[in-house]
Amino acid sequence: MSDILMAPEAANPPRAITEKTLTDALLYLNGVSVTFDGFRALNALSFTVDAGEMRAIIGPNGAGKTTMMDVITGKTRPDIGEVFFNGGTTDLTKLDETEIATLGIGRKFQKPTVFESHMVIDNLRLALKGQRGALANIFRRETGEERDKIDAIFETIRLSDHRYRLGGALSHGQKQWLEIGMLLAQDPKLLLVDEPVAGMTDAETAQTAELLRAINANGHSVVVVEHDMTFVRDLGVRVMCLHEGSVLAEGTLDQVSANERVIEVYLGR
Amino acid sequence: MSHPDTTPGARPPALLGTQGAIFLAIVLGAAVLIPALNLLTPAGSALHVPTYLVSLLGKYLCYALLAMSVDLIWGYVGILSLGQGAFFALGGYAMGMYLMRQIGTRGVYGDPVLPDFMVFLNWKQLPWFWYGFDWFPFAALMVLVAPGALALVFGWFAFRSRVTGVYLSIITQAMTFALLLAFFRNDMGFGGNNGLTDFKDILGFNVQADGTRAVLFALSALALAFGYVLCRYLVRSHFGKVLIAIRDAEARVRFTGYRAENYKLVAFVVSACLAGVAGALYVPQVGIINPSEFSPANSIEIIVWVAVGGRGTLAGAALGAVLVNYAKTYFTSGVLAPYWLFMLGGLFVAVTLFLPKGIVGTFLDWRSRHAEAEPDVPGATPKPVA
Repeated sequence: MSDILMAPEAANPPRAITEKTLTDALLYLNGVSVTFDGFRALNALSFTVDAGEMRAIIGPNGAGKTTMMDVITGKTRPDIGEVFFNGGTTDLTKLDETEIATLGIGRKFQKPTVFESHMVIDNLRLALKGQRGALANIFRRETGEERDKIDAIFETIRLSDHRYRLGGALSHGQKQWLEIGMLLAQDPKLLLVDEPVAGMTDAETAQTAELLRAINANGHSVVVVEHDMTFVRDLGVRVMCLHEGSVLAEGTLDQVSANERVIEVYLGR
Repeated sequence: MSHPDTTPGARPPALLGTQGAIFLAIVLGAAVLIPALNLLTPAGSALHVPTYLVSLLGKYLCYALLAMSVDLIWGYVGILSLGQGAFFALGGYAMGMYLMRQIGTRGVYGDPVLPDFMVFLNWKQLPWFWYGFDWFPFAALMVLVAPGALALVFGWFAFRSRVTGVYLSIITQAMTFALLLAFFRNDMGFGGNNGLTDFKDILGFNVQADGTRAVLFALSALALAFGYVLCRYLVRSHFGKVLIAIRDAEARVRFTGYRAENYKLVAFVVSACLAGVAGALYVPQVGIINPSEFSPANSIEIIVWVAVGGRGTLAGAALGAVLVNYAKTYFTSGVLAPYWLFMLGGLFVAVTLFLPKGIVGTFLDWRSRHAEAEPDVPGATPKPVA
């Protein structure tokens, strides 16, 4: 059985990822395909994200943006293709969600997902980088250093006045920020942020762009999936347009929005 | 950086809180008062508590601990176990085996080693798994190990395979049903259909004596109090916050770097051990353990107790167990006996519809609305049952 599975690879051996150009990238995807019941969600998707880079990803519904995040975070296994992290040292396709999160990839879901029946501060405490073992956490005490980190995050996400409210009692925009704050608490190398400004007011959208730029300036790599073009412009970063599971165009926002195919499938005339 | 520690809720709530203090006062008060009223008052006195009542109340307390063990996993982790009765019964069998070995030559057949049912089945020697049960510390250890080990193996497979929700409930139900069928078989070596009974003494004391009954009652109350403090400590620890987070958003917990399955497993094993202790205290007070304790309906009944008292409140689970079982005793001994199961089912439907948070949950909601206070255990009260 394993022989049959191995056959295509043997016929077409994967490129050695020891090549210098590949090892520099923080995140490296090569020829990743995912099929659900005959629907090809990702089609030989390849791209890289450098350490310290912020990248925006746009594309129509069904372009594979969320599936791409699922593959990177271990929720979905690719049918074929390579996904490497940390300069080609770690094969993400062999790890599960928890291991990948521990490696330093944080994810914000499309629908804001916070722990609704926990206080806001407990949401951050749970996310804070540190002990993850079940037995050890029975006897865990919060340290002063952890308290200071949480205070700093509260300043960044501007929720200091809400720390003792329940997560579920926050407004939609506040939940989005809390979730970004939880990502910050995890202190990941790479943040995957799925539609952070959906349902936000213009003022909130602008603040979120500022927040993500600040996070990026602090040395975190960020990949943002977003439909809101004003927001993407505010971010002022390299843009990639996905379509039918592969990269359609890549460059500055102006270059990508001028691309004929992008206008045709996504932006409209 | 300023800590607005003066705002309400900033102060971490005490381990027990008001609710816990009241609960412990009642349970520990009963632990002293009921045995005292039984042993120190003359039989004719208005204050006298007859021994049958002491044992009946002791049985309720065992059920209360059993309900609390369910609440730990259902109320705080969202694991709806419909097989908790199996852990209770295993703890009960471990104690029953000890009690059988204590009978010695006083059995009907007078065999110094073999329990009566083995002599009856023409067995020549004690099966290996009965070894050691004549020694109380070993039996006491097995009260924890037997249910704990089953929960460990079962939970390891179930949680690792990410079986959740109704599917998990169904396989827990299947687990207890499988054990029911197994324990019914004579050649399993646990007394088959009749189970284990005819107990004579425990640690040298006659199990029928008033004094022994009173002590067993007090121990049941202490076990319940201990179970409460343990569960309360667990759910308020960082570990417990992760449990509640798993209940509400399991995927988020995984993406935050926690092994959700390990957390569930620890909670499940602790819960099974508590249920085992409840079973072990139950058996000497009722005088018998048989396979019917494994019946699926028993396990479902526990869920009703917890729902009535209030899921995710611990004390509510205990209250629900006592109230529903008191009602059961009351109604099944009167003319309404044939209708008890309908009443129980109706009660579950009514609670789900009109008191989705149960008695204690509804009361806590009402109090926090009036007092505008932070919840006693943040994040404790889960969403409604349905």
